[in-house]
Amino acid sequence: MTVQPRSLFDKLWSAHEILRRDDGSCLLWVDRHLVHEGSHHAFAKLADRGLPVAEPALTIGVVDHYAPTRDRDRINDPDIARMIRTLEQNTTRHGIRCFGLRDPRQGIVHVMGPEQGLTLPGLLINCGDSHTSTHGAFGALAFGIGATEVAHVLATQTIWQKRPKTMRITVKGQLGPSVTAKDLALSWIAELGADGARGHAIEYAGPAVEALSMEGRMTLCNLSIEGGARCGMVAPDDVTFAYVEGRPFAPTGAAWDSAVADWRALASDADAMFDREVTLDGAAIAPTVTWGTSPEEALPITANLPDPAQLQGARADQARAAMDYMGLTPGQRIEGTQVDQVFIGSCTNGRIEDLRLAAAVLSGRKSRVPGLVSPGSALVKLQAEQEGLDRIFIEAGLEWVDAGCSMCVGMNGDLVEPGKRCASSTNRNFKGRQGRGARTHLMSPAMAAAAAVTGTLTDVRPLLDGRV
Amino acid sequence: MAGWHSIEGPAVALPQDNIDTDQLIPARFMSVPRKDGYGPYLLHDLRFDSMGAPRDGMPLNAHPEAQILVTRRNFGSGSSREAAVYALADFGIRAVLAPSFGDIFASNAVNNGLLPARLPEARIEVLLDLLAENPQVMRVDLQDSVIRIGNEVIPFELDPVWRLKLLNGWDDIDMTASHGSAIAAFRAERAQSAPYALLKDQPNDPRNP
Repeated sequence: MTVQPRSLFDKLWSAHEILRRDDGSCLLWVDRHLVHEGSHHAFAKLADRGLPVAEPALTIGVVDHYAPTRDRDRINDPDIARMIRTLEQNTTRHGIRCFGLRDPRQGIVHVMGPEQGLTLPGLLINCGDSHTSTHGAFGALAFGIGATEVAHVLATQTIWQKRPKTMRITVKGQLGPSVTAKDLALSWIAELGADGARGHAIEYAGPAVEALSMEGRMTLCNLSIEGGARCGMVAPDDVTFAYVEGRPFAPTGAAWDSAVADWRALASDADAMFDREVTLDGAAIAPTVTWGTSPEEALPITANLPDPAQLQGARADQARAAMDYMGLTPGQRIEGTQVDQVFIGSCTNGRIEDLRLAAAVLSGRKSRVPGLVSPGSALVKLQAEQEGLDRIFIEAGLEWVDAGCSMCVGMNGDLVEPGKRCASSTNRNFKGRQGRGARTHLMSPAMAAAAAVTGTLTDVRPLLDGRV
Repeated sequence: MAGWHSIEGPAVALPQDNIDTDQLIPARFMSVPRKDGYGPYLLHDLRFDSMGAPRDGMPLNAHPEAQILVTRRNFGSGSSREAAVYALADFGIRAVLAPSFGDIFASNAVNNGLLPARLPEARIEVLLDLLAENPQVMRVDLQDSVIRIGNEVIPFELDPVWRLKLLNGWDDIDMTASHGSAIAAFRAERAQSAPYALLKDQPNDPRNP
């Protein structure tokens, strides 16, 4: 008898499938459901129907999208205060654990979950936020959902899904010095397109992925959605287990040993089949920045912008519109473009390793432009302060503030002014994302720090030479 | 949510790629309760200038009666915010035709009775040309998965599960309720096979309060 080889995704999916209808719709069990201020629509739907939360113990709330990054004791904007209060009331009413504004563990949901050991290999994790793909870094099946689906998970602890196709992105070799998971992610999205992985679950594999820390894997999986993927994942290994062990909500003792044994078996079988295979050369990836208004509009820092005159039809229109919005000239060098400010933080790049690398660039240097550094969580902030990283940022002239989604999405009032150009360690360069008329260039935290030092988009490699 | 079989109404062209959900509804409007209506915020910063004046040449300003939107690839990409669908639906849009959609957006759309219909890029470009000057009446037949414009009958792609859901106006919570015993059995089995998946009441680490 031969056993069909299975991928990591196949194993995760089948472990959560409660039933499959004839039409292919599957009802899946949800192990962890994370909610935030934006979940108010879903709680309202539940209230309309008079339904309770099915599994309050498996539901976790956290304040992040609207979290003020300064002066938390005096929230002046009544809408922001109401959004935060509504989450705290909804979670209290339903008996849901909530990491509120004053909790020392508060942070961005995709930083806090892994940090607390709420995120574990083998779990199915949902959250009403597209960057839920982050948690796939642990070998979990994690994907973002909309408000109607959030209400469904609250009411039933299950979700209806059609099985996505599978795709493996294998990164051969190793990333070069000062080249990070962010650069890897932006470069595959530039190659395949912002809808290149639409309808697919991605597994990232190969030596360059195995060599990434958990922070790097989270950055990579986080950005899966920017390439259109339903989710991204990395097989759990010793790097994963070392990160998870001892976390507050991780299993302990014999339960830990037994869990690790289960988790080791999750890796894709040698002959597992994927609907699509993509192979990249890690060594060929340079520090990468976006120049346009979609994450697919990204280039190595050493490159020149495209010329719309050389493109066809809709592609030419898209490039022209993006350059117009971004205030850039066809064919120009991307390096040397002046920036007005920098932002370091977000669920993509607001973890301790991100801050360490940015600090390594900024140490003993001054920023030529204003900037904001918002750690991904209160615990990341504390650790950074214990390591003295806050002093480096502050001495460089940047502002060191509290944890939250902050200037990545601007809901808390941390905005980029119209027409201003921001070098940003975030995930979306969409028009208006960081504020109406804001011009966002996505890049790694190290590259954002380099932009601070020179006041322009800059290749970080010489600035980090000998420092890491 | 009511099911529907066909719609007939003005179709408007929006010839842009990658209209993400941040553009469909900028984040600053998202704290509004649903009952207040999201229509005014649809594509707000494309439709209105920074002083709040409607922009000329924006088809949705000239044709607020639009019911069908024809647009380019990767529509609704990005943030999972269902408010993007609320904005379209509350504005009066019943169907969006594009070569591709963000997965989460498409799912949100179907959950609110909005059709995300996929057509090949070449077909979309022909329709965009046809609608370039003025909107035209278009008919969408869900059962046959075709659109009709003038004498043309053009098929579109839609997941059969989603077609049924739109036709019947099915609500997932109601559907799931009928599987209560299967869910309970699965839960009990999961507690045995993957005890780590259960969450303890209290964290176990002295690092944390």
